[in-house]
Amino acid sequence: MTEPVYARQRGLVLCHTCGHVCQAGEHHCPRCHSTVHARKPNSIARTWALLIAALILYIPANVLPVMRTNMFGNASENTIMSGVVEFWHGGSWDIAMLIFIASVVVPCMKFLILGTLLVTCQRKSHWAMRERARLYRFIELIGYWSMLDVLVVALVAALVQFRSLSSIDPLLGIVFFGLVVVLTMLAAMSFDPRLIWDVEVEDV
Amino acid sequence: MHAHRRMNTSSRSIICEHCDSLFESVPLAHGQKAECTRCGAVLERGQRLSIQALFALALTAAMLFMLANAFPVISISMEGLSNQATLLASVEALAQGRITPMAAVTGLTIILAPLLQICLLCWLLGFATAGRAAPGFRTCMRALEHLRPWSMLEVCLLGILVAIVKLAGMLDVHPGIGLWALGMVTVLLILISGKGIRRLWDDLEGQLQ
Repeated sequence: MTEPVYARQRGLVLCHTCGHVCQAGEHHCPRCHSTVHARKPNSIARTWALLIAALILYIPANVLPVMRTNMFGNASENTIMSGVVEFWHGGSWDIAMLIFIASVVVPCMKFLILGTLLVTCQRKSHWAMRERARLYRFIELIGYWSMLDVLVVALVAALVQFRSLSSIDPLLGIVFFGLVVVLTMLAAMSFDPRLIWDVEVEDV
Repeated sequence: MHAHRRMNTSSRSIICEHCDSLFESVPLAHGQKAECTRCGAVLERGQRLSIQALFALALTAAMLFMLANAFPVISISMEGLSNQATLLASVEALAQGRITPMAAVTGLTIILAPLLQICLLCWLLGFATAGRAAPGFRTCMRALEHLRPWSMLEVCLLGILVAIVKLAGMLDVHPGIGLWALGMVTVLLILISGKGIRRLWDDLEGQLQ
């Protein structure tokens, strides 16, 4: 079975907003009027920038506490990892796993996978193209679940407010963590998966 | 079910957004999907729901979303004291001091983005049931595309469940009416807010000036 032809070889470009097939050279999609790019502009540089920014912010996100719990005068501050450990020792290993996956495994996978994709695309690698394309779709799918911890902290802080008796307050770490999630989402969006396949056509 | 055909005639063509391969579109029955032969991404899905059904679901989602925001999602009680939280209250809990930016992000992901999605879908589908393109069709359709990744109701739902388990060890926790409504809106939004709405471009293409 021969491989399907690339749209670029036929002088056609996809509009990412409405899926219309546009003629190459058109700057705006004739159907939805959004800007049309053959490839996402500056994809590799933008993705690197957002990814590195996210990686830097990931350090304070893990080191700084995300919330302060004050129960009848006993104050304690939790980071993301200490929250996971607390759940684990408290017997709810399932919730501990859930938070660990959402706040540690998912962001780390995004760093690793996007990093690998960027490096292989820059080296114009022919290695495992179909699998790399699948990895990209995978991180697009799971990326936003990392928001879980931010939403949990928001809910818990809104609920437990009994003046001096007990209260739970969000702390600075949660901002860094939220920014990491937003930046990795933007990084995944600015990466163009078509770059994986561009090595098959020589006149890039 | 897989269905795909190589480009050969001048019928409607589609381009895989993940690898730039060019295909000829084939009609799909519901439940069928077309996959790219090069990269394996989904090209198109057969539509299960008619425009009328989508419109009905969008209206239902609008009503449930009002309930989900009007009533508390969780209430807690401890030694005679009780407290409850709505979605908006949990966004406000982040709007203090140095962490205010997080309130904006959270507000966008669990209130503003779903709200706009539901409003835009009602508007577009309402006109589409009458076979017409809504005023501002292009802007609304583009807005829907850009909102999709930022709407995170399903994550919010899981967050509420985690919060319930987390607090259950310390005090009495009761799920509120808002939670049930939110659960239903989440399912409805998954059904109606996907890429399937792009078919309005093809259905109403003749109406656009």
